[in-house]
Amino acid sequence: MTTLAFDTSIDPILERRRRIQSEAAASLGRRKVYSRIALGICWVFLGIAVVPLIAVVAYVVIKGLPAWNVDFFTKSTVPEGIPGGGVWNAIVGTAIIGAVATAASVPIGLLCGLFLAESDGRIAAAIRFSADVMTGVPSITIGIFGYIAIVKNTGHFSGLAGAFAIGIIMVPIIMRAGETAIRGVPLHLNEAALALGARRATVAGRVVIPAALPGIITGVLLAVARGLGETAPLLLTIFGNQFLQWNPTKPIEALPLVIYNNSSQPYADLIQVAWGAALLLVVVVLVLSIGSRVLAHVLQREKR
Amino acid sequence: MNTAEVLVDKPVGEPAMQLQDVTVAFAGRKAVRNVSFDAHEGEITALIGPSGSGKTTLLRALNRMHDTVRSASVTGSVKLGPTDVYANSTDATLLRSRVGMVFQRPNPFPTMSIYENTVAGLKFNGVRKKALLDEAAESALIAAALWDSVRDRLKAHASTLSGGEQQRLCIARALAVEPEVLLMDEPTSALDPIATKRIEELVGELKHRVTIIIVTHNMQQAMRVSDRCAFLLMAEDKAGELIEFGPTARLFSEPSDPRTLDYVNGRFG
Amino acid sequence: MAVNTAESPLLGGARRGGRLALPNSVYRALLAVVAAVFVGLVAWFLISLIVQAKPAFSTLGFSWIVQKVWNPSHNQFGLLPFILGTIETTAIALVLAVPIGLGTALALAYLVPHRLRPGLSTAVELLAAVPSVVYGLWGLIVLAPLCREYLEPFLSSAFGWTGLFNGPNQGVGLLLAGIILFVMILPTMVAISRDVLAVVPEEQVEGATALGATRWQVLRKVVVPGARTGLLGAFTLATGRALGETVAVALVIGNSPFIAHSIKSPAATLPSLIVNNFGEATGTELSALFGAGLVLLVIGVAVNALARVLVRSTARDSTASAASVAVA
Repeated sequence: MTTLAFDTSIDPILERRRRIQSEAAASLGRRKVYSRIALGICWVFLGIAVVPLIAVVAYVVIKGLPAWNVDFFTKSTVPEGIPGGGVWNAIVGTAIIGAVATAASVPIGLLCGLFLAESDGRIAAAIRFSADVMTGVPSITIGIFGYIAIVKNTGHFSGLAGAFAIGIIMVPIIMRAGETAIRGVPLHLNEAALALGARRATVAGRVVIPAALPGIITGVLLAVARGLGETAPLLLTIFGNQFLQWNPTKPIEALPLVIYNNSSQPYADLIQVAWGAALLLVVVVLVLSIGSRVLAHVLQREKR
Repeated sequence: MNTAEVLVDKPVGEPAMQLQDVTVAFAGRKAVRNVSFDAHEGEITALIGPSGSGKTTLLRALNRMHDTVRSASVTGSVKLGPTDVYANSTDATLLRSRVGMVFQRPNPFPTMSIYENTVAGLKFNGVRKKALLDEAAESALIAAALWDSVRDRLKAHASTLSGGEQQRLCIARALAVEPEVLLMDEPTSALDPIATKRIEELVGELKHRVTIIIVTHNMQQAMRVSDRCAFLLMAEDKAGELIEFGPTARLFSEPSDPRTLDYVNGRFG
Repeated sequence: MAVNTAESPLLGGARRGGRLALPNSVYRALLAVVAAVFVGLVAWFLISLIVQAKPAFSTLGFSWIVQKVWNPSHNQFGLLPFILGTIETTAIALVLAVPIGLGTALALAYLVPHRLRPGLSTAVELLAAVPSVVYGLWGLIVLAPLCREYLEPFLSSAFGWTGLFNGPNQGVGLLLAGIILFVMILPTMVAISRDVLAVVPEEQVEGATALGATRWQVLRKVVVPGARTGLLGAFTLATGRALGETVAVALVIGNSPFIAHSIKSPAATLPSLIVNNFGEATGTELSALFGAGLVLLVIGVAVNALARVLVRSTARDSTASAASVAVA
């Protein structure tokens, strides 16, 4: 056989193969037990993680639904002990804060995102750094800023101060989401329009932003969802108001505030209202989050 | 050197891997149907055929890589020496330490050093003795023609290597476990011509150490490196079938099936 | 691109076509101004916080930050109990969240049947959007009694010898705050970890499998190391959220301005200190609360900066040289 010539060189290899295979076989049982235990622990952790999360949602739904009735959505808060009343004042307040904060933060965030997507210099790096700092900053400190900047200067708490703080929380989210979405627009679209002699502003308004719209909308809706649920900044800026107040320059109520203030009260009916408000807030936030996904999906498909 | 012998269709060694009526299906749809051939020790067996003919699918059946896909089913018999690859008593993990695999694109582990990459398979398989690890690593790196260029930087990250070197590192990683069979799935498809040539030379040198089954869609490559060829073709129901199996030289010069002739003459695929 | 093409008659159509047909220079200037407004806001934020906190520093000196007593009626505004409370609650949350979050993320990315993965991942991401005040409400109303009646007695009897569980079972306290923070940061942590684990290239997984690795070996030696940069980012982000969380903690920590002597003790954190005292505070106390916000800000930004350094250094010595460039 021709292989005979190689036998001397093959020998150490066969010997090593034998040793490796015997080690592999000997350790197989141990390795498989390890694997099974470790994967089992992963499953157990999954279970541990799922239980409280499901419990939170289940409690909010089960305890919150009984609080929902027509009064809950149409009447303002009544003092403890008087039956009836609702959170209409808080719904209005949250809507006002959300609307003002969105109206202010979307243009700023989007234009900053556009700026970031088109520039790579030191200034862009500084802005990106500022945005990262702001996303990492505890929201309570932004509440303090809202207090210092608006409440202290105007002399009173107001919905605007709350919207200011919430808007500052939303801007960096919109900015970075916008930048990512705009950067995702194929360069050739951009260049084709520029080559036709269109101005940059036209290209941005007509080509880039429409193409990036799914990502931008997702980012904006997520920012709104995040902003509406923020509680700490509102505690320092809007003060709360048990009466209906449409004027954003006055102290107003908000859903997170209702939850926070009522939950630590010793009265069952107030806690009931807290659950109801929590359910409403969760529904709104989830609708926004799910809506952003669905919308992005639909827009994405339409583009093809 | 062995060409004359192979021409007269006489295998050099014992069959290392025997396929009998191997069929691979995904969710009931057959991707490869009824393939039978033997891969012999000391030889290089090439799987050739146009894309879609199931070469890679068949190759991955040989080390049970389809096990991780729930919808996949493999029927027929695959034997590694006397071991039935798909027997209940055969452990897939242990089997894979005996049947190594090299992939289309170099896939060294990016977080590991060159040395750690080389001994990764040994460590997975429970080898802990430093002497054995070092010995196997050196031998594998020498065999993969990588030792001279990396011996001074074994602690460097695998990503510092060029694409061709990374693929040779992956070959070394597979060789270090001293497998009986080495499966290579188009190992040069992501490489430039020079790196491809080096890998091809390497494959030729390795056949005395390990039985090689190589998938390639490059006929010249199959001619250059393989001793025996299996030609697969997609049938009308999209399942790959084995059209012809035989010594490479004969398959390319005087194929017995007209479809093989068409393929080797570049008429389709 | 600064060439002014506006005068070319050929391009009239393109020019008219734009609703926002601002000249390029005006457009660039507009973007730059808006960007400057944002940077200005950030600067205003930092400066006003420092300015408002300054009286506390000038009347109390720098040492007030690490003093142990908070007693506004005696003009004592030591922040140490709150700094410790912040660190302790975060530590409890992380001790629970890191292993459980990682295990859950691994299960979601690799163990759960394929067809369940998208749904479960979406569910986790949606849970991350649930406002923290809801977690606080649940913690106070549902978990606090369970904690008092079952968890604390059990821990006291099982681990009382460690000395960590002295004192009465009250439900609210450091332990419950840590647990609520854990539940609250878990979805974020799992969502990000799952994403970074799932993008480890399939070919890496197959490479390890083909070498004879068990499933756990593939995860432990290839997938987790391959995703470590992103995992670190996820953990740090979660840490930042835990450190800065206000209302969920304020509801369940018991709000006691003393240094906790046991994991069950009521305590307070920097954010809970601020919300609880803000309403009545004036003068030095108000300034001290702004100072507490400043300290919190510094801790938060430091954690973020640390994360960036870590992410950058790990990215550098791994393959992802492109990633490290991007981060830098």
